[in-house]
Amino acid sequence: MTEDEFAAYQSLSEETVDHRWAFGTGFTDPLEGIDTSVPDGVDAQALATYCLMLGDDALVYSHRLQQWMTRMPELEEETALANIALDLLGQARMLLARGGRAEGALLADGNGPGEDELAYFRDEHEFRNVRLVEALDADFAELVGRLLVFSAWRLALFARLAASADPVLAAIAAKGGNELAYHRDYAAQWVIRLGDGTPPSHGKMQAALNAVWPLVDELFEGDAVTAALPGVAADPAGLRGEVGAVLDAVFDAATLDRPGAAPMARVAGKSGRDGVHTEAFGYLLAELQSVARAHPGATW
Amino acid sequence: MSEADLDAARAIAGAVPDPELPVVTVADLGILRDVAAEDGRLVVTITPTYSGCPALREIAHDLRYRLGRAGFADVTVRTALAPAWSSDWITAEGRRKLRAAGLAPPQPAPKGPVPLTFGAPGRREPVPCPRCGSRDTTQTAAFSATACKALFRCEACREPFEYVKEI
Repeated sequence: MTEDEFAAYQSLSEETVDHRWAFGTGFTDPLEGIDTSVPDGVDAQALATYCLMLGDDALVYSHRLQQWMTRMPELEEETALANIALDLLGQARMLLARGGRAEGALLADGNGPGEDELAYFRDEHEFRNVRLVEALDADFAELVGRLLVFSAWRLALFARLAASADPVLAAIAAKGGNELAYHRDYAAQWVIRLGDGTPPSHGKMQAALNAVWPLVDELFEGDAVTAALPGVAADPAGLRGEVGAVLDAVFDAATLDRPGAAPMARVAGKSGRDGVHTEAFGYLLAELQSVARAHPGATW
Repeated sequence: MSEADLDAARAIAGAVPDPELPVVTVADLGILRDVAAEDGRLVVTITPTYSGCPALREIAHDLRYRLGRAGFADVTVRTALAPAWSSDWITAEGRRKLRAAGLAPPQPAPKGPVPLTFGAPGRREPVPCPRCGSRDTTQTAAFSATACKALFRCEACREPFEYVKEI
């Protein structure tokens, strides 16, 4: 081992609180040293909630993708999905931290909740993610179908947010957009391979899209939080054309039909962005939060 | 803090190896953005390659450790998110080291809106094999052991290799 390599190991073996990133080993701040003051004229509460929406989408979906680990058909797909899930987890950490800081701007002591508090100690109705990310994929076709829709939509959204009037959100979106381009590409290639493959793979891919489709419409619905953030947030309705064109191009190459399934109904006028979720979400959240809640404040 | 101290700090910080790719340093990769003195303390600014990059914390830790060992007691490590890191920032020296270690260095990163390509986004040229130089290579997986690399196979020498992706 060279002196350089040794120094890296040596530094990690020292007693510190911040050198490992996992629950109970001391969290670090993903926005360390970044100016997170809320720009003048921006509604801090709306900005905090908006960051939670986008952060929750990534956190919940990352967890679902992680549940595929050890179940992927080939090692190459396993590493691909692990990397995609990790990218999304990184986006979630920064967005939750940004949301917490924006909320802190409204508090007397200036300290909003940290990323771990937001991820592990909110209840189901406090999560703002879209319902598309909640279901356990029935098979590999459903995995790549959902990933295609999610990454095409999020890439279009982040491309707009890169010009957000909140510089922190703009930076997170610019960075995340570069990553999402790879995610979309990965999913598109699999949808095409399965759709334009054998009759059984075509049938399964079409069935998967049909199953995912009722939750697609929600991605383009406006909400009061977004409306309260002109210049900061991006209007979801404005993404419909661009995302639709991308999906149609993939479906065309894959010889698949754009599904016609009706959107899943809202519950008393509410959906994911309002904290109203599908049944699957409660089970997912219970798993995601179980260790942190069983051992609150634990360190090891 | 004197200019000589600052130069020494820059040299120490720049020599920190990347935990994932120890053949290159954080300066080679363009992760190290700035080393400056602020009110008598040393402020080192780094940027993540990917949003979820777990190596960033290891790098920050290694920076504090090495600088501390060299007598810089008060070191602050800051994260800069904007502009987003690009593989274009890998220096010529970094590219040479990557190639020498059997890793193909990245091509220029795509700029602007990302078109749907049904292939590696924005990659225009074949990736030459870092071993034999052949351009007859095939991507076998878009994501390798880390998000920043793809897996390739050389059809000429038949060896697999990793490619540091353009982003």
